[in-house]
Amino acid sequence: MQWETVIGLEIHTQLATRSKIFSGASTAYGAAPNTQACAVDLGLPGVLPVLNGEVVNMAIKFGLAINAEVAPLSVFARKNYFYPDLPKGYQISQYELPIVGKGEVTIELDDGSSKVIGVTRAHLEEDAGKSLHEDFHGMTGIDLNRAGTPLLEIVSEPDMCSAQEAVAYMKKIHSLVRYLEISDGNMQEGSFRCDANVSVRPKGQQKLGTRTELKNINSFRFVERAIEFEVERQIDLLEDGGKVVQETRLYDPAKGETRSMRSKEEAMDYRYFPDPDLLPVEITTEHIERIRATLPELPDAKRTRFVSAYGLSDDDAGFLTASRDVAAYYEQVVAEAGDARLAANWVRGELAGYLNRENTEINDSPVSAAMLAGLIKRIQDNTISGKIAKDVFEGMWQGEGDADAIIESKGLRQITDSGALEALVDEVIANNPEQVEQFRAGKDKVLGFFVGQIMKATHGKANPGQINALLRKKLSD
Amino acid sequence: MHNKTIAQLAAGLRAGEYSSQELTRAILDRIARLDGRLNSFITVSDELALEQARLADQRLAAGEAGPLTGIPVAQKDIFCSDGVLTTCGSRMLENFVAPYDATVVERFNAAGAVLAGKTNMDEFAMGSSNETSYYDPVRNPWNTDTVPGGSSGGSAAAVAARLVPGSTGTDTGGSIRQPAALCGITGLKPTYGRVSRYGMIAFASSLDQAGPLARSAEDAAILLGAMAGFDERDSTSIEHPVPDYTATLANDLKGLKVGLPREYFSVGLDSEVGKAVEAAIDEYKRIGVEMVDISLPNTHLAVPAYYVVAPAECSSNLSRFDGVRFGHRCDNPKDLEDLYKRSRGEGFGPEVKRRIMIGTYALSAGYYDAYYLKAQKVRRLISDDFRQAFEQVDVIMGPTSPSVAFKLGERTDDPITMYLSDIYTIAVNLAGLPGMSIPAGFANQLPVGLQIIGNYFDEARLLNVAHQFQQVTDYHQQIPVGFE
Repeated sequence: MQWETVIGLEIHTQLATRSKIFSGASTAYGAAPNTQACAVDLGLPGVLPVLNGEVVNMAIKFGLAINAEVAPLSVFARKNYFYPDLPKGYQISQYELPIVGKGEVTIELDDGSSKVIGVTRAHLEEDAGKSLHEDFHGMTGIDLNRAGTPLLEIVSEPDMCSAQEAVAYMKKIHSLVRYLEISDGNMQEGSFRCDANVSVRPKGQQKLGTRTELKNINSFRFVERAIEFEVERQIDLLEDGGKVVQETRLYDPAKGETRSMRSKEEAMDYRYFPDPDLLPVEITTEHIERIRATLPELPDAKRTRFVSAYGLSDDDAGFLTASRDVAAYYEQVVAEAGDARLAANWVRGELAGYLNRENTEINDSPVSAAMLAGLIKRIQDNTISGKIAKDVFEGMWQGEGDADAIIESKGLRQITDSGALEALVDEVIANNPEQVEQFRAGKDKVLGFFVGQIMKATHGKANPGQINALLRKKLSD
Repeated sequence: MHNKTIAQLAAGLRAGEYSSQELTRAILDRIARLDGRLNSFITVSDELALEQARLADQRLAAGEAGPLTGIPVAQKDIFCSDGVLTTCGSRMLENFVAPYDATVVERFNAAGAVLAGKTNMDEFAMGSSNETSYYDPVRNPWNTDTVPGGSSGGSAAAVAARLVPGSTGTDTGGSIRQPAALCGITGLKPTYGRVSRYGMIAFASSLDQAGPLARSAEDAAILLGAMAGFDERDSTSIEHPVPDYTATLANDLKGLKVGLPREYFSVGLDSEVGKAVEAAIDEYKRIGVEMVDISLPNTHLAVPAYYVVAPAECSSNLSRFDGVRFGHRCDNPKDLEDLYKRSRGEGFGPEVKRRIMIGTYALSAGYYDAYYLKAQKVRRLISDDFRQAFEQVDVIMGPTSPSVAFKLGERTDDPITMYLSDIYTIAVNLAGLPGMSIPAGFANQLPVGLQIIGNYFDEARLLNVAHQFQQVTDYHQQIPVGFE
């Protein structure tokens, strides 16, 4: 039987405010346990939450970026359940009236096509603390530093039908929140994580299959693997005549599998009701417009502009605009070096390769945009060849200075003196009569042999174009 | 000294007739001597009080005293007070020393008031007789076989017995007004949002409101002036100017229109209480007030709506008492489930458990619309009744409680009858309006309270109406036998 997969994602993104959503405590990551939890975060008797206005502005930005309706009135609700790292015994979230309504994003797929994915809603809520099981024998430690950290939960429609689409969607949202500077998107620190709702159904069937929810996945790779594993598990189960049970499952990255956490029967009744400690959030049209005016150019618009302004392929433009920092870097290189396509090749090729290998963010790159532009200029003015440029790039990455300094100190300047080159060409022709015969007999490929000989003799410093021209001229004499 | 009002004591302090330390010592002695009969205090904060009195004397000497500087007051044990045990009447918080001050406490401290102690109360403010306190019931000074009312029973009894000149209370469904009525004193529940709830341990967040209990309207005005005002730490507190409540006390009431809701004078009202209230109304007529018959047709829905909304909110508010971070924790929990069940099972008393269960049920999936949502709609109807009434009249009057103080133990097995003690007060909380209770006479030698309900933020008018009554009557000056 042919199966069809249906996936919806709930993404939790931590908002990059300095203080918590309902208290003045700091949100900085990595402090000693319970040093960033004030009376409100601890849920002491008598304390009350006060909404951090910045959180609302950030949610509005996101709503505008996905073309969603920003609710003129939204309401915080209490989600009631007991857990040791949930200090009040309820989480303040939004339920019936979320701040961001229906919106959509467009994802690009590997085959070059694109697809619109619906966003059902996005709502504000507070994060819980952390339970620490490792360090305490027979006990559990509670760290409430994270309690009250603002989250935006972004719920998608079940519009994705493969793990790859889910990853593309997750990357798109990741790119958006970073563009908007509403989240640092740091997945290791848990600032960006998702739950995936996965079901399968026979191809062509209208009714959705029974779904499972994969909890708390914090990397693009894990999302892909978890969904792939789960889809296969569900299909195997159904093909063996079994049934998928509606349940919450946990992905174990070490084993590469999902396993059951709790079934629907054990599902909790959260007894949501509007939080009487907080007023409804009222947002005026004027306020929304003020926020709209602060929005940066968003990835889709930037991508279109990169194609038209720089003559890039859609694919290159997509790569260069996926991150706001990469796009800014690229634009600075172009501004200084001029050649948009060469700049794209270098950013996407050599630079991206190094960043990836060394696991470095572009803003921390030892090769700045100005340095890369300096290198590209030396290629453009024929001081060095593209091949030598790679060596220079490596030198810059290693901190040996800018392109000019490295070219100078290593003597990498291209030999452009045509007299010297001509002598070399003459010498190579004289020493290889056999190959000369072959070339003259029409074997054009042999030209490469001569070029190689000359590059070898000059340690790569000859200009390949110039040699080509010279060789052709001499050989056809 | 103990028979003097706050206004009189402040004058005496300023005139140098006695120091705050002398006054405070006298008050502490009196509490030590007499409170054994009443059990109105859970904690008497002697040391802190004397230290605050010393500082108050310095302020008085420097001429920097306000109307409360050096005056000993009691705080209901629902307000967190830094470094002082704050139990909320519960075993759950038997060991809880608050690490911060509630806004109300902070404001009293800033005014230079002296904290004499923390008063007994129904557990988590759930009760109308003070019998649900883990720290034993409070007794009514007018007859120690009877209850003082609740939940601010300790605060009311302490003021009635002249142990302190004033105290604070909180009122979720009548918890200031009903004990004020049963103890023969003056109590005011302000407009919802008038006084900050920060640091006041929550029972039902959308209904809870703090207010003063005192022996006169003038004293209540002084206390409210210190308590009221916007607080950025409470999102439901309202930015609205705080007038000088004492400035308008002397205003003439001629031409004032008072609404008498017929629903407040019908079945269930004790006839002796009814007679006292009628007499008080006649007194008002004599000073030129015009009485108008009105109707609040949805009155009968108030108690049922309240007993959905309040328990629902409390079931959530009390979830934080889980034995994990503070408060009672059971011995040797064998796992998390056991920790929760035994800590909460041991820490909460039966009335609190009853309300948590009612509330949990009312919020459950499938019942939410039928109970919580419907109760919220009823709330709107009740608010509309009042809104229409205030188009015709300036204030509304009626009995505070359907009966005088009842005997200890008389209603403890009958929660419904107990809940009906608050039949005239609950609607005011559901609508968020200000309401007062003032002494209006006696029935069977026990005090009767007259309730005065005002429009939003009309506390100054309520105090004026109460004060004018107290100029022509002396019910508020009566002293229970044995506490002269």
